Amino acid sequence: MNILKFIETFTDDSLMKSTGSRRDSFSQFGNIGKNLAFAAIPFGLSAFANKALAADITPTPATPIGALQFALTLEYLENEFYAMALDSGVIPASENGGRDLKVFQQIAAHESDHVKFLIAGLGGTMSANFVPKPTFDFTVGGAFNPFGDYPTFLALAQAFEDTGVRAYKGQAANLISTPDLLTAALQIHSVEARHASEVRRLRGLKGWISNAERGAGMPTATQAVYDGEGVTMQAGYNTASLFGAAAGSEAYDEPLTTQQVVNIANIFIV
Amino acid sequence: MKNEVKIHEVDPSLNNRRSFLKLSGLTLVGAGLVLAGCSDNDNDDDGNMQDNTLPGIKNGVFDLGSGDFGVLTYAYALEQLEADFYTKVVNASNFNATFNDIERQVLTDLYHHEVIHRDFFKAALTGALPDPGSQLLPSLAFNYGSMNFNSRTEVLATAKALEDTGVAAYNGAGKLIKSPDYLLLAGKIVSVEARHASAIRSLINPNSSDFAGDDVINTSTGLDVAKDPSKILPIAGGFITTKFTAKYLP
Repeated sequence: MNILKFIETFTDDSLMKSTGSRRDSFSQFGNIGKNLAFAAIPFGLSAFANKALAADITPTPATPIGALQFALTLEYLENEFYAMALDSGVIPASENGGRDLKVFQQIAAHESDHVKFLIAGLGGTMSANFVPKPTFDFTVGGAFNPFGDYPTFLALAQAFEDTGVRAYKGQAANLISTPDLLTAALQIHSVEARHASEVRRLRGLKGWISNAERGAGMPTATQAVYDGEGVTMQAGYNTASLFGAAAGSEAYDEPLTTQQVVNIANIFIV
Repeated sequence: MKNEVKIHEVDPSLNNRRSFLKLSGLTLVGAGLVLAGCSDNDNDDDGNMQDNTLPGIKNGVFDLGSGDFGVLTYAYALEQLEADFYTKVVNASNFNATFNDIERQVLTDLYHHEVIHRDFFKAALTGALPDPGSQLLPSLAFNYGSMNFNSRTEVLATAKALEDTGVAAYNGAGKLIKSPDYLLLAGKIVSVEARHASAIRSLINPNSSDFAGDDVINTSTGLDVAKDPSKILPIAGGFITTKFTAKYLP
């Protein structure tokens, strides 16, 4: 099973029957819902139903709802990952004098908040726009042991946070027609970046990504998270000209397309 | 009339600098915290906002303008401040003795990144503005008052305030951008500012959750701070001595 299948199940069941008031479904979002209701959102998301997020079919629906649903799936992944880690005891309470545990408790709290926030933004769990949590396998069929081996947990945490930063960035244009949703997404995006920086620094790396390097100790399988990060040409300006390519690439984080993120997320979805 | 956000009307604004230092967690000396010229009209209907006012001299003072060029020029002003600050940090006489290896690495990287951001905006605006000769924001002048660049505490506290302010500024400015390409560019930069903020906060208080602390991340929504230009400029303006206005930004 992959992300495509779960999208298909919910879309076929509920999205096609979505005849209710979109305004109502977003009422929990306050002003955000109000603005979204006035935005030009394709009501019949049948194209999304069958094609969105499909690993083998493009493209992603360039809609605010699609972006929110996509974000929610990523937040489900992060939230469950950290919750399971905290439950498992894999994070040594004494690590760095207790620092690591404090860090991941804070990150876990934020991811949990993001899940709740996005569900509310989609109109709640009864909304036609709600997407359920997929089933995750963070061991990837036994290849990884993140809840028994702390370095593996740290490596996956870094990969998820750096992916999150790139994923939200890739959705920004899909939210440009809904200013309040765009702002909220940006407000999550920068939190993911704060997380990413701290997790990287716990692992002894810089808080920012040099070139397209995944960094020491990262499994080869995580390279897809970093491919394309080494850009040094921004709007015609060579960012490597002053201090070299590493600094130039560090100064800008690059987006991932929905397809690229789906390919990464699919590794952990069963 | 829309916001009368006037940065630094008369002389180096001590009040604004105080407010900035307050934000940075430094102890204030004295009283009278007033945001001179700061408009609170955050909730004004944006319907009358002119969207096509180009940056340039208006009534004798440079105004940032509105629309995408206004937002980019606003970002250029903030990046000028950050770049100038870290340039002074890494060139301070006791830089090597004040900071340990890791701190020097972080601060040197931040110096590189912010100078790159500044020069990027200058190049991008020069290339995109219809008449950059009159519409490009000039190089700004800065005054950090009595701040001691050889004080680890003061430098890190100011860096933290600058980076958090940068994150809030970009987060608040995103919705003002009309072009998806410019929005993406802002997105590419803001996450790096957030990485910076996290690292600086972690240097200040490593054994804690301060890297994404409850003082900046809402504890029920998990959202970071987002602020309009009219809230940001009075803060950043505390260090900027060149007069300019932002009458056409919210």
